Amino acid sequence: MSSARYTATRTSLRTAAIMVGFTAIFTAIMAFTFDTTRPAIEAARIEEQMRLIDEVLPRDRYDNLLLEDFVDVGPHPALAGNRVSRIWRARKAGQPVALIAESSAPDGYAGRIELIVAIQADGTVSGVRVTAHKETPGLGDYIDPRKDRNKTRPWISQFVAVDWNAIEASKWTVRKDGGVFDYHTGATISARAVTRAVGRTVGHVVEQRDALFAAPSASRL
Amino acid sequence: MNSQMFRDSAYNGLWKQNPGLAQLLGLCPILAVSTNIVNSVSLGLATILVMAVANLAVASLRNFIPYEIRIPVFILIIAALVTVVDLGFNAYFHSLYLVLGIFIPLIVTNCIVLARVEAYAAKNDALSSTVDGILMGLGLVWVLALLGGIRELLGSGTLLSGIEMVIPGLEGFSVFGDDYPGFLIAVLPPGAFFALGCLIAGYNAINTHRAARARLKPARPGPAQGQPAAEVTQAAG
Repeated sequence: MSSARYTATRTSLRTAAIMVGFTAIFTAIMAFTFDTTRPAIEAARIEEQMRLIDEVLPRDRYDNLLLEDFVDVGPHPALAGNRVSRIWRARKAGQPVALIAESSAPDGYAGRIELIVAIQADGTVSGVRVTAHKETPGLGDYIDPRKDRNKTRPWISQFVAVDWNAIEASKWTVRKDGGVFDYHTGATISARAVTRAVGRTVGHVVEQRDALFAAPSASRL
Repeated sequence: MNSQMFRDSAYNGLWKQNPGLAQLLGLCPILAVSTNIVNSVSLGLATILVMAVANLAVASLRNFIPYEIRIPVFILIIAALVTVVDLGFNAYFHSLYLVLGIFIPLIVTNCIVLARVEAYAAKNDALSSTVDGILMGLGLVWVLALLGGIRELLGSGTLLSGIEMVIPGLEGFSVFGDDYPGFLIAVLPPGAFFALGCLIAGYNAINTHRAARARLKPARPGPAQGQPAAEVTQAAG
């Protein structure tokens, strides 16, 4: 009886020790990989952010280190709803050029649509891009220019050079709702959500422009 | 590992025990990612890598793994390798990583990886286990590529769209022209089930046809046909 218990204890301990050994070895492998890939992942993340920003604001328009010159705002209903949104500040020779705001449309056909919106200091839109969405493939996903069939003039490009001060706030929606922006028949909801979110964002950023440019970098408004 | 074992592994992986068509293991990634060729093949290649290295690791360590805790250890090894692949994709194929996103970690839950580790690598030497992992993975990749191709062609009328994320400079092409209205259901999850169902039906039809032919063969005796006929009968059985 006692020898059986002894064997059982021994077997358990031995098994546990082997399991711990394997865990230690493979955790070490993962930790090593994590450590070696971290700089590359960080660089890729920054490059991905810059790739999106390049699409809404050409790089020759500003000369500051854009990704390091930002303020965190909110949560504000006009921006990313219940989350903090980051606003990058583009300057040339110290003068304000444009603000690039993270925003989101909560009312897409399939949940939130994440956006970045670039607004020049004079209140005109420089560009809009969808950064994440779950809209129906082939139907509502034309809000992303990579999925838009019209490659020469994708739907999202109609916001470029639109002046906030030239259009009434109530007209920042799709034509179907009495606004001034186009949409694709049969997939109004995605376009409506993005258009309204862009309007809200531009309005809020223009209104807060001076405070946004003046705040110290990396601060929270 | 001799050439007969290699042929068996190749035949099993690519056809007889094909993970996508016969074993039906790993349906989650197959159905979710196969919306186009580039996504399918990319995830397939990542799976091959994981299967090859997991089989190699388990086959090399199999004498140190107690039988009672082999499953947790296998899962530990597979999960660690997938984490390494996930970090590698994130670091060096970032735009593809953004597309495949959640499906790379999900390779851990792909039953085919654990199935091959348990059924093959735990009983065989390192070299043949690695080869088995690669060939099983290739079996999955060709099914994924075919499925992705069918869904992409029917759904959006293009082929190889998004190839620039993997090989910069190349571009996908439109088969039916820019006016193709698209066939939405092919891209949505139900389309994956329909397309896979058709592929499995075709696979079974070919197997039935071959089995029927193999049954006829022994009726015609001949020294030249003796060897291949025996082989086919065995495979069909």
